[in-house]
Order: sequence, then structure tokens, then C-alpha cells
Amino acid sequence: METSFTEQFRQFIEGEKSAGGRELREKAFAVFAALGFPTPNDEDWKYTNVAPLSREPWVVPPLMLSPSDFDRNEDRIAGFDFGRNGFTALNMAFACFSIHVIPKDMAFAEPIKLEYSAANRMMTSPHVVIIAEAGSKATIVESYHASSSGFTNAVTRVMVGDNANITHYRVQRNAPDAFNIGTTDVTLGAGSSYDSTNINLGGRLSRHDIDLKFTAEGGEAWVDGLYMLGGNQHHDTHSIIDHTVPNCNSHQTYKGVLNDNSRGVFNGKVFVRENAHGTDAQQSNKNLLLSNDARVDTKPQLEIFNDDVKCSHGATVGQLEEEQLFYLLTRGLPEVLAKNLLTYGFAEEVINKIGIESIKKELDVAVLNRLGRPIEL
Amino acid sequence: MLLEVKDLHAGIEGKEILKGLNLQVKKGEVHAIMGPNGSGKSTLSKVLAGHPTYEVISGEVLFEGKNLLELEPDERAREGVFMAFQYPVEVPGVSNSQFLRLAYNQKMLHHGLEELDPLEFNDYLKEKAKIVDMDPQFFKRSVNEGFSGGEKKRNEILQMAVLEPKLAVLDETDSGLDIDALRIVAEGVNKLRSSENAIILVTHYQRLLNYIQPDFVHVLANGKIVKEGGKELALELEEKGYDWVKGAAV
Repeated sequence: METSFTEQFRQFIEGEKSAGGRELREKAFAVFAALGFPTPNDEDWKYTNVAPLSREPWVVPPLMLSPSDFDRNEDRIAGFDFGRNGFTALNMAFACFSIHVIPKDMAFAEPIKLEYSAANRMMTSPHVVIIAEAGSKATIVESYHASSSGFTNAVTRVMVGDNANITHYRVQRNAPDAFNIGTTDVTLGAGSSYDSTNINLGGRLSRHDIDLKFTAEGGEAWVDGLYMLGGNQHHDTHSIIDHTVPNCNSHQTYKGVLNDNSRGVFNGKVFVRENAHGTDAQQSNKNLLLSNDARVDTKPQLEIFNDDVKCSHGATVGQLEEEQLFYLLTRGLPEVLAKNLLTYGFAEEVINKIGIESIKKELDVAVLNRLGRPIEL
Repeated sequence: MLLEVKDLHAGIEGKEILKGLNLQVKKGEVHAIMGPNGSGKSTLSKVLAGHPTYEVISGEVLFEGKNLLELEPDERAREGVFMAFQYPVEVPGVSNSQFLRLAYNQKMLHHGLEELDPLEFNDYLKEKAKIVDMDPQFFKRSVNEGFSGGEKKRNEILQMAVLEPKLAVLDETDSGLDIDALRIVAEGVNKLRSSENAIILVTHYQRLLNYIQPDFVHVLANGKIVKEGGKELALELEEKGYDWVKGAAV
């Protein structure tokens, strides 16, 4: 598989007119060639076997970038550690860059919309850099809706400046046979806030890496998510929340609903570094298994190197609550309907966070349609 | 006869709690079941509602002449049996109005009547909410989530108002209520009381009965009804305490 990319890369790089761009891409491709795709032998990929993805002969679309683009944005593009795994290296080699700057003290009324739809057999490599300058405010809506068997390998970087305020909705609703790999890399400045909601409903195999780092005091982040899976779907979220500085708060609520033969993985690391006193970090991962054949591997990890902190974390894997079910039955709801309503409620706790009504409604419907028997609400 | 309980023996995890209970309830009546802790009051409520962890050992429960015990909890509800919970359950992520409309429409469907769409139901719900003086902002909130004790109990009575049961069992509805909340809840129940329905008040204390006057008072001790009378019995109990009736048989 790497060899099929080698030939395509040789042609692709012809389209890169910037010397700097060429150098970066070549370096990245060399790293990809050396690393290859991750395998279950890599600790971070233990439960997610990407073989079904890596053995496909993906087609890379030609580079479409005006010659000056890279040079103009080189400073902004640089600084990303693309060597973290084969996917991030591959992304950088074939990256289609887009850069968004929210100017100082500016509040965007309209959301920044990032929409991706990989066509059949194609691999797309969006690489987005969002720079929220000091005191700015915006909402990012990142949505994936491949309609066929495509492969999206995305990197989204968000640099939240001092006192800036970013809301980020990431919604992955690819076709059931699509592949989706994504890395979200976030840095927070002093007194800034970043509130993200990550919804994964689609795809045959999807993996989302979130890497969030507080770089100055007084930051606050919400990193929440929902994966709702059925059939043979596989989803993996790996997140790292890194408290490197004092007095920052992080909140993480991830929920999973797994039906049929689906498989979920949640791995959430929270680091509280030595000097990060006054940290408040909360993390939870709750999973609802609706079938005996569904499976989830959850591993919340809290690593604290400081005494003056308030931290909690926990994970649950279970079925619907008996007392809740009985309550709904005593109101006359038949058992199937009651169970579906509880499942809906479980998922809605995350979806209700979404502040854009049209997106929330769409997801409501998607969740309802996922239930064994649709409910009209 | 609306409800007929005949020589009911029931319990939980192999332990017999109700030991031969008899009760007859007609339409238009309000019955109070009083008794000390552990007398079997909650067991009776749970058995009537069909809680899966409670087992019926022997005896009969007839509702409008039909065997209630062979019906599933949801079938009982659609037939017109309602239980207000002592500890109402929180259902995060499901709004009160969504939940109530689904429940209401299931009942309509069961009786071959017209279902209501969200707009029609909203009007219906607004009217019903007046009965318990509930602000329509509660409709959008998740069922019981973050509600105070009093709000939860009011929400139970709102559900009763929406579902219009033939028989309502109010399980310790007065527990945990301050005097104002108690008054609102009791007034709500009084407004719902009619010649077409019956209410069973299950309570430890007499004070609820100052607000909702029962036609009959039954005193439960050690799994059996040991004393029966009119509303004056509750006052007598309040004065003399449960020791007065313990061990006594009817």
C-alpha cells in the first residue's frame, strides 16, 4: 500500500510550486514511508486495526493550490508535529491546506463551515489551521458526510488566542462504508475557552485523535462527544488533555451507544503537570451496550504530578437503567418504545449541547432513526 | 368494583411482606393506606404497578373485574392504573413534553382514539399544568432532572392529570414536601378527584389527609390491614401512634 502512494506522491508533488511546500511534503512523505500505517502492535492502536483501510488502493486527487499559498502561510502551517503517526505524516504529504484567521477582538456571527465529502475510492487530506486571535470569538462547524466508500484523513488545528472563545462542533456522518481518520490539535491561550462537541455516527472505521494543551493560565475547555454505532461499525476516540500551566479547567463527557456487532474505543488521557496547580479536570465516559455482541474498550487515564488539583474521572459500561425503564412503563409506554426513548435520552445529553438549532435537529433525527423502532417526537 | 385485592401475599427476594391483604375500592372513592415503616405500604404500591422485583406469592388483584397481575406494567397503565412515585426517576435527555405526549398518545392509541400532534398536545399540557401551578418552562426540561423534591412531586401529579387514570396510587407523595409544596400537590389531587376515578393515598403521616380528605382509612401493620374506618381514624392514629394498632387484627 505504501508503494501505491509512492508513485502518486511523485506526480502529486509536481503540483507544489513552493520550494518550502515541496520540502515539507517530501519530509512528511519520508516519515510516512518509514512509519507506515499503525498496527495493533502500537499501544495507541491496540484496539483499532486499520488493515481494512490500509490495504485499499486509494486514489489521491491532484494538488490544487495557487503557487503562493504555501509561502504566504508557511509560518502558520509549520509547528505541527506530523510525525506522531503514519496518518498525520500522510496528511502532511498530501495536505490540502486551508487557513482561517479570526482577527483580534472580532466576533464572527456566522460559523466557519468546514465540509468534507470524500468520493468513492478517493483519499482526501484536508489540513485546516484556525487561528483565533486574542479576544476573538467564533464557532467552527466541521462536518463529514462522504456518501460512498471514501477515505478522509484530516488534520484540524485550532489555536485559541488569549481571551478568545471558540465553539467547535465536529460531526462525522459518513456513509457506512467510508473511512475517517481525524486529528484535532488545540492550544489554548490565557483566559481563553474552547468548547467542543464531537459526534461520530457514520463510517465503517473511524478514529479521532484530540490533542489539547493549555499553554497559559485561566483557560477552560470542554471536550465532549458521542459515538453511536451499529452493524459492524468501529469508532475510536483517543484524547489527550494536557494541563501544563496553573489554574485551567477541563471537562470531558463522552458517551457511547453500541448496537449489533459494533465496537467502540475510548482512551482519554488527562495530564496535570508538576506546576499546574489549581487545575480542575473532570472526565467521564459512559457506554450503553444494546447488544450482546457489541463491545467497548474504555480507558480513562488521569496522570497527576501536582497536589493542588481537583480531578475526577470514571467510566461505565452497561445496559439501560431498570428503574428508568420501569418508570416509563408505568406511564404506559410499551417496552420497546421505552427502551428507545431512554437510549435517545442518553445520546441527547450530548447533542443538547449543540447551540445551532439546525444541526441539533438533524442529529436528533439521525439518533431517532438509529433506534430499533423510530419514535416521532 | 374498580379494584379488588383478595388475600394478597407478596414480597421481595423470597421475603413475604404482604400477608393476606384485602382491599376494595369503588369509583369516586379516596382511600388512605397508612402504616408504620416496614408495614408493606410501598410493597402494595409496587405490586399494583407491576414492579418486576416484587413477587406475588398468592391472592388476586382484579381491576374492573380483570386480572391485573397478568398484565405488564405498561398494559396496566394503558388500562388506567397510575402510580405516583415516592422517588420520581430522572430521565436525562428526554423533555417532559416529549415524554408526556408519547405516554398520552399510547393511551389514546390503546383506546382507539385520536393522537395529538406536538402543537395540539402543547395546548392540552398547558391547561393541565394549571392544575399543579406548573410553569410551562418545565415542559422543555428533561424529565425530573434537576427538579427540586417539590417540583418532582408536582410533575407526578401533572402526569396524572395528563393521563387521567381510573385509579391513581400516590405512594408517599407527601414525603419530603414543605407545607407550600404539599398544599399545591394536594390541591392538584383534589381537582383531579371525580366520581369517575379513585385514589389510593399511601402515607406514613396524617398531615396529607388534612388537605385530601379520604373516604376510608386503612391501617396496615405487618403486611395486613389491622384497622379500618373513616377519616377520623387518621386523627386518632396521629394522636395515639402506630403502637396503638400494631398487632391488632380487624
